[in-house]
Amino acid sequence: MAGFGNFTHAIVRAIPGSFATGALRTENLEEVDPNRALREKKAYVAVLRELGLEVLELPADESMPDCVFVEDCAVVCGDTALLTRPGAPSRRGEVEEMKTALTNLSLNVVEMTDETATLDGGDVLFTGAEFFVGLSKRTNQRGAEILADTFKDYAVSTVPVSHGLHLKSFCSMAGPGLIAIGSSQTAQRALKTMQQLSDHKYDKLTVPDDAAANCVYINMPGKGHILLHVTPEQFPESAKVFEKLKDYTLIPVSNLENVKVDGALSCCLVLANKLARV
Amino acid sequence: MTTEVGSEPEVKKEPEKSPEEQEAEQQTNPSESAPNGDAEPQPAPDNAENAEAEPAPSDPLSTPSPDGQKKEKGISRFLPPWLKRQKSNSQAEPRDGHAPTDTPTQPPTQEELEDGQEEEGPKGEGTAVQPTGGAQEVQSGEEESPVANAETQPVKQKEGEEWAPESGVPSALKLGKKMKITVCHVTLLDGTQFPCEVEKRAKGQYLFSKVCEHLNLLEKDYFGLSFKDNTDQRCWLDPTKEIKHQIHNSQWQFAFSVKFYPPDPSQLTEDITRYLLCLQLRQDISLGRLPCSFVTHALLGSYTLQAELGDYDPDQHRSDYIAQFHFAPTQTKELEVKLAELHKSHKGMTPAQADIQFLENAKKLSMYGVDLHHAKDSEGVDIMLGVCANGLLIYKDRLRINRFAWPKILKISYKRCNFYIKIRPGETEQFESTVGFKLPNHRAAKRIWKVCVEHHTFFRLTSPEQPVKSKFLTLGSRFRYSGRTQAQTRQASALIHRSPPDFQRTSSKRSARSLDGAPVVSVSDHTHPLVSTHAAGPGENGRDSALELYSDSKSPQVEEGAEPGKGAATAVPAEPASETWKAADDSSELKDLDKTQEEVLRHQASVSELKRSFMEAAPEPRPDQWDKRLTGSPATSLHLQAHGSLEEELTSLFLSKACFSGLMDPCSTSVAPPESTLAAVSEKSPTRLESALSDSRDISKSTEDDQSSGLNGQPEVIEVVEETVVIEEVVRVARPQSSAPETAATEPALEGKDEGSASSDSESEEEAEYHPQLSGSAHLIREDPEEEEQEVGLNQEAPPAALKPCIIREDVTDEAAATAANMAEPADAQQQEGEVLVIPEKAPNGHTHDSEAPPTLFDEEEEPSFVNGDVSHVEGEHAPQVICCSEPPVVKTEMVTISDTFSAQKAEITTKEVPIVHTETKTITYEAAQLDGSGDVEPGVLMTAHTITSESLCTTTTTHITKTLKGGLSETRIEKRIVITGDSDIDHDQALAQAIKEAKEQHPDMSVTRVVVHKETDLAEEDE
Repeated sequence: MAGFGNFTHAIVRAIPGSFATGALRTENLEEVDPNRALREKKAYVAVLRELGLEVLELPADESMPDCVFVEDCAVVCGDTALLTRPGAPSRRGEVEEMKTALTNLSLNVVEMTDETATLDGGDVLFTGAEFFVGLSKRTNQRGAEILADTFKDYAVSTVPVSHGLHLKSFCSMAGPGLIAIGSSQTAQRALKTMQQLSDHKYDKLTVPDDAAANCVYINMPGKGHILLHVTPEQFPESAKVFEKLKDYTLIPVSNLENVKVDGALSCCLVLANKLARV
Repeated sequence: MTTEVGSEPEVKKEPEKSPEEQEAEQQTNPSESAPNGDAEPQPAPDNAENAEAEPAPSDPLSTPSPDGQKKEKGISRFLPPWLKRQKSNSQAEPRDGHAPTDTPTQPPTQEELEDGQEEEGPKGEGTAVQPTGGAQEVQSGEEESPVANAETQPVKQKEGEEWAPESGVPSALKLGKKMKITVCHVTLLDGTQFPCEVEKRAKGQYLFSKVCEHLNLLEKDYFGLSFKDNTDQRCWLDPTKEIKHQIHNSQWQFAFSVKFYPPDPSQLTEDITRYLLCLQLRQDISLGRLPCSFVTHALLGSYTLQAELGDYDPDQHRSDYIAQFHFAPTQTKELEVKLAELHKSHKGMTPAQADIQFLENAKKLSMYGVDLHHAKDSEGVDIMLGVCANGLLIYKDRLRINRFAWPKILKISYKRCNFYIKIRPGETEQFESTVGFKLPNHRAAKRIWKVCVEHHTFFRLTSPEQPVKSKFLTLGSRFRYSGRTQAQTRQASALIHRSPPDFQRTSSKRSARSLDGAPVVSVSDHTHPLVSTHAAGPGENGRDSALELYSDSKSPQVEEGAEPGKGAATAVPAEPASETWKAADDSSELKDLDKTQEEVLRHQASVSELKRSFMEAAPEPRPDQWDKRLTGSPATSLHLQAHGSLEEELTSLFLSKACFSGLMDPCSTSVAPPESTLAAVSEKSPTRLESALSDSRDISKSTEDDQSSGLNGQPEVIEVVEETVVIEEVVRVARPQSSAPETAATEPALEGKDEGSASSDSESEEEAEYHPQLSGSAHLIREDPEEEEQEVGLNQEAPPAALKPCIIREDVTDEAAATAANMAEPADAQQQEGEVLVIPEKAPNGHTHDSEAPPTLFDEEEEPSFVNGDVSHVEGEHAPQVICCSEPPVVKTEMVTISDTFSAQKAEITTKEVPIVHTETKTITYEAAQLDGSGDVEPGVLMTAHTITSESLCTTTTTHITKTLKGGLSETRIEKRIVITGDSDIDHDQALAQAIKEAKEQHPDMSVTRVVVHKETDLAEEDE
C-alpha cells in the first residue's frame, strides 16, 4: 500500500443551476440552498488546489443535476480508469465528460458497456490493497464484475449495502490501512463483512455519524497525511474523532448542502495520479 | 493403511523415536549407503538421510517386523478366505504409503536424499532387506528402476519405521515377480521433458525425488508432481502411494509444478527455488490462470526479460525481440512496447535480482497461490472455491463473496460430491455453522478436501499433525498431509549450506534460446500442461503414514481449534452447539439434497413406522429418545443405503435403515443425516447433528461419559456409503452367570438403544473429515473402487465374517433385542450386506477371557467359534491396549458372529453365530448426555468418530461405547462403525480386515460380536 493516497490530479465538476431542485435524493427533504452549495464547492476546490493538486473542473451540464458528484462516474486506480455506468439512469450522461477528462490525462480508460451492469463510484472503496464494492441500489453484481475485470491485480470483494445510498456513504479510507467507519448497524455490519473478506488487516476509525465517516485522504509528497473531513459545526462528535488523529494535516470541509442530497465529501472529486504509470 | 492403525497403537511411541534412532543407527552403518552417496553428488545432509533410509530397513525389520507380520497374519486369520486373497497383495502396499507419515519430521533434504538413494538404494537396502538380494545385483545400474523401486519402497517403509518389516516382505515379492520398468515422462517447468525410468510399482516419492535430484532442488516441499486423470483433471501425485495406482490407466505423464506458493518468496533460501517458482508463475500468467493487469503484465514480463536476456542491448535486441516471448494470454504490440521500455530500466539487474523483483510483484496479485475449484453453492449458483495459504476463498465470477480463514474453520469434510466446512462461531454467534458446497463430482470434492487439508497443514501448522495415540477405539485412517510444513521447510532450508547450484535459465521465448547460451530444450514453457491445482496429493511425505489415530479430541493447535465440542470430548456444551448448527445447516443443506420431497415424505413415514415397531420391540421404550434417535440416527440411513444401495434407491434404504439404526446400527446414522435432516429436521435432526458434531471431536475422550454423537458434520448426505465397520465390544461385569438366553433378548434391545444413540452420533458416513485444529489420527485404508459399506460389529474381538444376510436375521431372532436390528437387518440381508452379529460370550471375569473363545457361549456355531478363536489369538499377540472404557473388569462376553454378505462379490460365506447373553435392560446413563442439555443424547453412550481419508478412500470411524447395567451385569459395548468411501480401487476386504484387526488390537480384552458389512455402490456418482 505504499504510495496510497498519492495523487497529482483532482477532477471536479461545476454545480449546475438545476442542482438544488433536481438532484436525486433518498430521504432528506430539506431544501438545498444553492448559494451556499456554490460557496462550499468553491472552498472545496480551493482546498484541493492549495494542497498542490492539479484541479480539473469540468463544466456543469444543466440537464444533469447530479453531475457535480463526479466520483460516481469513474474509478481510477493506477494508470487505469474505469468509466462507470451509474445506477441512476438520469446520470448516465455524466460519464461522457469524465471520459474526455480522463483520456486527456492519458489514463488507460475502460468503459463499461454492458447494459446490465450498473456501478456507482460511491460504492467502490479502494484500500490500497484491494477493492470493496458495495452492492446497493445503484450498483449490481455485474458492475462489480466488470470492475474486477478491469483491475485484475486486486481482489474485489462485494459488500451488501442494505441501507444508505452507497458503500462510501458510511465509510472511506482515512489513511493507509485505516478505514473510517460510521456507527450505524449498517456500517458496522459492512465493516465486519469487509474484515472477513480481506486477507489484510485494517485499522478502523469509528465515528458516531455515518455521514462523517466519509472523508478524503491524500498523501502529498512533502506534506504527509492530509485528511479532508467533516466540520465540527456539522458533526461535532465525529469531528472530535478526527481531531485525535496524529501526524495528520486535518482540514475540516463544510458540506452542509451536498449532504442534503446524499453528497459526501468524496463525492465531488475523482483523484488520479498521472505518475502512477509504471 | 488399516494395518497401520493396528500397528500404531502398539508401536506408536516407539516409531516416533525410532526414526531418529534408526537414522542414528543407520548412520553408523553408512557403509552400505556410502557407496551410493559417493556416487551421487548429493549434499551432505542428503547422505545422512540416505544412510538413515537405507539402514532403516534393517532396523525396522528387527522391531517393526513383528508387528507387521502380526498384522498381516492377524488379519488373515480374521479374514475369511476370500478376504485373505485380496488382501495379501494389497495390504503391504498401503502400509508403505503410511510409513511416510511417521517420518514427516525428517528434514526434506533427507527425504530427497533418500529418494535419490532409494534409486541407488537397492544396494543398501538389499543388504537390509532380504528381498533386496536381487536389488544388490542390480546395484550396478541406478537406472535399473525396478530394483530401485522395490528398494525405494522399503526405504520409505523404513522411514515409516514400523513398516520396515513389511517392506521386506513386499520387496521379496517384487523381486520374485521381477520388476517391470516403465518410463515416466515428466514435464518440467521450463518445458523440457525429463524421462525417468521407474519400477512399475514405484511410489510417487521415488519419482518426485528423481525429478528434484535432476533439478538439483533442495527446497522441494513447495513442489509436487501432477498428472491428468482419465477425466482430464489435474491430480497431485501422492508420494506415498504407488504411481500406477494413482494414474490408473492414464499415461505415465507428469508435470512438475508448484504445489504450495510461498506467500513470501523472498524467504526462500536458494535462487534456484525462486527461479522455479518464477517459471511456474510465468506459466500461470501466460495461460491466464493468474490474472493481472496490463501494467503488471508489462512489469513482470520486463523482469523476465532481464533475467533471461540480461541488460537491454540495443544492438542485440531489435524491435521484435520481445515477440519471441509469450508473456500474456493475449500479447499486444502495446504490451511489447511497454515491456521493452521497462526492460531498459532494469539495467544492471542480475537474473537472480530480476527473479526476486518478479516474485515481489507477482506475490501481490490477488490470485497468487489460489487454487480454484468449480463448485455450486447451496442454491445451485456457480461459484469458485479458492484454496490458498490463508484459508478458503469463495468467488462468484471474479468477485470474492466470502472468505474463511483457517482459524475460522473447525472442520473440513466432504461426502460424495459435497464439500463442507464447519465454521467457528463469530464473536456474537453462539453456534457453529456448516457451509456446504457442491462439487461436480465425488472426485472433485475429494480433491478440494485434500487440497484444503494440505494447505492448512502446510501453511497453518508448524508441523504435520502428530498422530495422537488413541486412548480408545480408534479405527480408520485419515488422509493427512505429512510432508513438511512451510515452517519446517524453512527451518530445513536454513540449514542448506551448499554453494549455489549452477542452473541455466531457460528462455521463455517461443523459440528456444537461453541467456546462458545453453541450448534451450523447451521452447514454449507455457504450452506445457499445467498442473491444475486440484487434487491434493499428499505432500512428499505423504499421508501420515503413521496411522496412529488421533483421538479426535486432540486439538493440535489451540488457536484454530477452539472447537467447542472437541475439548471436552463429550462436554455437554459442545453438543448443543452442534445441534444448532446442524439445524441451520439442515435447512441450507436441504436444498442440496438430492432427494425429492416425496422421498422425504416416504422417509418420514417409514421412520415413523420404524419407531413404532421399534417401540414395540424395545423392552423399555423411551419414546423421546428413540424418536430422536430414529430421526436423527444416521445409522439407519446408512443401513438402508447399504442394503439398498446396489439396486434400490437411497431413499428407500434410508427408511429401512432408520428403523434399524435406531436399534442396531449406529453406522447408518452418519449417512442419513442429510436425508434425515431433510425429513426430520424438524423432528429430531438436532440431536443427530449434535451427536455428530460432538462425536467427531470427542471421540477418544473418555469412553465413559461421552455421548457425543458422531454424525459428523456431514449434513447432507446421501449418496454413497462406504464401508462401515461396527465393532461392538461388550464387556460384562459381575455376573457371569446371567443366562445367555435371556440376556440375549435383552441385550439386543439394549444394544439397539445404545447403538441407536450412537448411530445418531456417528459420523461414519462422511467420507472424510479433517479438523484443522485437531490432530487427527490417520489411518490409511485402501478402499475399493466401489463404495461399499462394511459394518463390522466387533465385540471384543472381531471375527471376520462374511455371511449371509439370512444369518443376520437369525441372529436377530436369537437375540430378542435384535428386533430392532431386525428391521434393519432384513433389508440388509436382502441387499447382500452381511451383518455379523456376535453374541457376546460371557466370561466370568472380564478381561481374561476375552481373547478366547467364549466358553460359555451356548450357541456358538462352528464358524463363530473359529472366529473367536482367531480373535483371541490376535489379541494375545497384541499387547493389550488399555481401553478407557469405564467399565469395570468383569466378565466379558465374546461374540460370535457372523454373517456378512458382501455385495455381489462375496455372498458366499455364511456364518452363523449365536451368542448368548442375558441382559436385563437397564441403561445407565452417563452424565455426558445429561449434561448436554439436549436431553436427546442417550446416557451412557460414548461415541467417537473418526474420518480418515486417503486418496482413494475415506474412512469414517464411529465409536460408540455403551455401558449398561443389566441385572447385575455391567456391560460395555463398543461399537465401531467404519465407513469407507472410495473411488474405485478400494480393497474392501482389506479394509474390513484391517478394521477388524485394529479393533481387536485396540481392545484385546473384548470380543467381536458382530460384523456387518454393507456395500453400497453409488449409482448417482458422476465421477466414476
